[in-house]
Formats: sequence, C-alpha cells, structure tokens
Amino acid sequence: MTRDPLARRGLLRRLPEAWRQPLAVVGAVLAVAWIVVALAAPVLAPHDPLAQDLPRLAAPGPGHWFGTDQLGRDILSRVLHGARVSIPLTLLLVTLSVLIGGLLGACAGYFGRWVDETIMRVADLVFAFPTVILAMVVAAALGASLGNAVLAVLVVAWPAYARVTRGLVLGIREREFVLSGRLLGFSVWRSLRVDVLPNVTGPVLVLATLDIGTALLLLSGLSFLGLGAKPPSPEWGAMVASGVEVFDSWWVATFPGLAILTVVLAFNFLGDTLRDALDPRTARAIKERAL
Amino acid sequence: MSLLSVDDLVVEHRSPGRPAVRAVAGASLTVSAGEVVGLVGESGCGKSTLARAVCGLNPVTAGSITFDGQPVTPLGLRRRRLTGIQMVFQDPYASLNPRRLVGDQVADGLRTARDTVTSPADLLERVGLPREFAGRHPHEFSGGQRQRIAIARALAARPRLLIGDEPISALDASAQSQVARLMRDLAVDAGAGLLFISHDLSVVRLIADRIAVMYLGRIVEVGDTAEVWADPRHPYTKALLRAIPKPDGMGVLPAELPGDVPDPVNPPQGCRFHPRCPHVMDVCRGKEPDFGPVACWLHEPR
Repeated sequence: MTRDPLARRGLLRRLPEAWRQPLAVVGAVLAVAWIVVALAAPVLAPHDPLAQDLPRLAAPGPGHWFGTDQLGRDILSRVLHGARVSIPLTLLLVTLSVLIGGLLGACAGYFGRWVDETIMRVADLVFAFPTVILAMVVAAALGASLGNAVLAVLVVAWPAYARVTRGLVLGIREREFVLSGRLLGFSVWRSLRVDVLPNVTGPVLVLATLDIGTALLLLSGLSFLGLGAKPPSPEWGAMVASGVEVFDSWWVATFPGLAILTVVLAFNFLGDTLRDALDPRTARAIKERAL
Repeated sequence: MSLLSVDDLVVEHRSPGRPAVRAVAGASLTVSAGEVVGLVGESGCGKSTLARAVCGLNPVTAGSITFDGQPVTPLGLRRRRLTGIQMVFQDPYASLNPRRLVGDQVADGLRTARDTVTSPADLLERVGLPREFAGRHPHEFSGGQRQRIAIARALAARPRLLIGDEPISALDASAQSQVARLMRDLAVDAGAGLLFISHDLSVVRLIADRIAVMYLGRIVEVGDTAEVWADPRHPYTKALLRAIPKPDGMGVLPAELPGDVPDPVNPPQGCRFHPRCPHVMDVCRGKEPDFGPVACWLHEPR
C-alpha cells in the first residue's frame, strides 16, 4: 500500500509540467552532478588535494586542468574534494534549521500566549541583525572552525523556519479536523504530531530547498573571512580567500568560486521548481507563459 | 434529569479594540438522552457559538453548561477526558485530516471509547459506506461521503451527546436529508442525545423531537416539533415557517422576513425581535421577555 497517495499523486501530476522548464532541468542536472562528485571525489580527482608536489601557480593546462595554487596543489582535485566538505555540511545545516525552527515555530503557533511571545521575540531579535554580521559575530565568539561556522549559520537560519511554520500552524490549528481530534481526547502533542505537522511540511520543505543555496553561501562566506574551515582543508570559501592573495593567477579563486555559484544556482532552481510544482497558482502561470 | 442542560448561557467574542460581541445572550436549553433537539435560526444568531460552547471550544462568559451532572470545562492544553460529547462540523472538507487514511481517523474514535472489538470498516458500514473505504484518503470522497465519515468517527467514540453544527448545510440537496436522517437514527439507536443545528426548518422537522428557535443570541421558542410546526406562536417562528419555499408549482416566492438580524454588538432595547415584528406593542420596546417556552409578550405565561 502506498504511504501517501495524496502527496504522490499531486507531485506526479504536477511535477512534469514544472520540470519541463529549462531552468528546472539545469538545476536538476547540476545538483545531481555535484552530489555524484561529492560521493566519488576520491575516484574522480586526479591528484591528492593536499599534496604540494606540483609546480606552484601553474596556469590551467594538461595535467592540471584548473591550474595549481601557490603551494603547488591541484585546484581541480581540491574543488572536487571541496564538494565533500561543503555539500554535506550545508545539507546537515538546513536539516537542523528546519527541525529546530520548525518545531519552535509549530509550538509558538499551536500553544500561543507566552510560548509564542517568547519564541517569536527571540526570532525577531535574530532578524534584527544583518544575517552575515550576526553569523560572523557568533562564529568569531565560538572560535574559527568549520563546526562552529555551521553552528553560527544555524543561529541565524532557524528563525525563518520558525516564522513560516508558525504562520502555517496558526492557519491550521482551528481547522475542524484538529478540533475533532482534541474532542476525541488527543493530547496536544499527539494533535501536533498527527494532525498539524504533516499538513505544514510541504511549504516548509520548499523553503528549505530554496535555502540550501543561501546556507552554502553563508557557510563559505564565513570560511572566506577566516571564520570557518582552516587550511589545508579544501573548503571553497577558504580557497577563494587564498586566491585573493594571488590575484594575478585568476584560476586560484575563479574555480572554487564557480563551484559555489553552480551549487547555489542548482538548489535555487530546484527550489523554484518544487515551489511551482506544489503551488497550483504559480504552476498555472508557468503554463500560460509556456504557451 | 436531562443529559445536557444549558442555563442562561452568555458567550462573548472579544477582540482587542472592539466592543465585545454577545453571540449568545442568555440562552437556556436542555437535551435528554435519546432525544433529538433541532436548533434553528438565521445566520449569525449564535447557533454555532452555542454548539461550540457546549463542546468547550468557546469560553463561557456567564451561565452554565452541565453535561451529565458535571460542568463542561473549556478545551485547554490538557488532554480531554470528557469524550461523551462529540461534534460533527459544518465543513466536510475541513473535517478530516487530508494526510491520513479514513480508517485511521475512524480508529481514533474507537481508541477513545477503548473499543477493541469494532473495526473502522464496521463503522463505515453503519454510516452506509463500503468497508474498503477505510483504506482511502479523504480527497477521494464527496462532501456527503466525508460527512458520513466524520459521523462514523464521532460515533466510534460512543458519545452520549452528539452535536451537529449545521452538518448538512454544505451538502447537495439530495444528500442533506439522508445525512440528517442518518445522524438521527444512529444517535437514537445508541441512546445518545442529538443537538442538531440547522437553518433548514424543513429538514429539522423530519428528524427532531423538539425544536428550539434562536434569535440574536436567545432561544425565543421551544416546543415539540409537531406543535411548533402546526402552531408556531412566536412571531419570529411564524415568519421562519412562512419563509420555507413550497414546491406547489405556483412559482410563488416565500413570504419575506423584513429586515436583517440586528448587530449583536448593540441589540435592540426590549424584545430583540421588536424592530422586525408585525405585532409590536409598547411593552416590547421597553422590556425583554425573559420567560419561556415562548419568549414573547403575546404569550406571557400567567
């Protein structure tokens, strides 16, 4: 028996339309390609990403297609290995933000009163700071490391999910099926788990997909500023930073930069596609444009 | 003693910056076990608010609601132990969780009643649906079918009082009387009381033992269905009955009730119905008739 024919039917029926858009195809292909790279980097990379045994600052050419950096490391290998650092951490980061922000937002919306006030005022506090600055402050306070950078981004990322989830829960908690459950003697936790949360996950997941790009940017931004990955880790942000020191050798900064660009684009396109597929109104607009 | 007794109930809706709206302004009503009471009135007269208050979904401003000798407490964050009152809501499209199997939702009711013998499919059969519907999702059903499922879920909890808050007004005309009769039959078979709210007097006449007519937050007339139907006494009840269209082929529109229900924020002085009443007297403008079973100065009990 299918677990959820409703969602599956909706997706199967609507996805093909949204997926016929060129941007959707580009996003899907890029995302799949990067995930394959992240999984298979040791096989794909021609060199050891940490070995300093090539000529220094060699321009792109045979043997080292993306050139080498100032320590004689192969940039192609480092970019490929960088996918193993950035992509899993970004996915972990977004998953944690969705869980923390989603649960806090759901509690705020469902319980209301002081729970709502407390959680949402803290969220407002975070919103009041510019994202990058706050993340920098948190990362700097915790000490420079990739783990702390993830924590810092988490601190600035959860309120967006809290706000969206709270709004969705507010719209659904007075629905008749939720009230019926309570009248049947559901505890508030069972009501949240069974009746409320499953009905708000769709939009939150779209937001999460759209947010993967932003999270990756922020994470590599912190590394770029020296608040995240430490050398010699092949982290893209840190690689761009080291490329800035040798500006004449354009390839050192350009290729990791392109890696960030393509991953962010891929997940933004995917998020847009998912949103169009799940929101019939935008889906209709796409159809009209396509005709 | 009655199963449910509502005494002088007042329910106010408060919103910041606006005066409180007295949706129910001193209504009294009783429902006995095995009895079907039809509560009728125009839109906005407070029928639904009364029903929600009886379930504990709206806080009570004044007066009391007693179920089985116990006061009904508002539904808060605690688990509800009082599962003897169950409700069937107006909108069948919002009554069922779209993400869960129909059978699972009916099973929730069975769990409430600690019933391990009956299966959800048995209940679906009792409300006239095929047993295999238990394995489907709500979006596969029409409004009438969904309402039957909602009734099955409510009945599964073995309620002693079933409340229907306009359960048929969102349904097709063909499904309306079927669903209404179904609710009546199932409630009476189970020995439960039924408080059936509707603005459709002709359907209420078919299923109710007693009719209570509500106007602007108060019950203006209560009586046995046959008596009220044959001999309505409150001018408002008369007007409601005259407003029922008759399929006599004459193409005559029903007599209209002049004016609208006044704003409950500031109800008329004296009798609430006097601005629309054809028999208005001086006493009506000054004093509210606060007696029953017919709250009208023409029918003051002596």
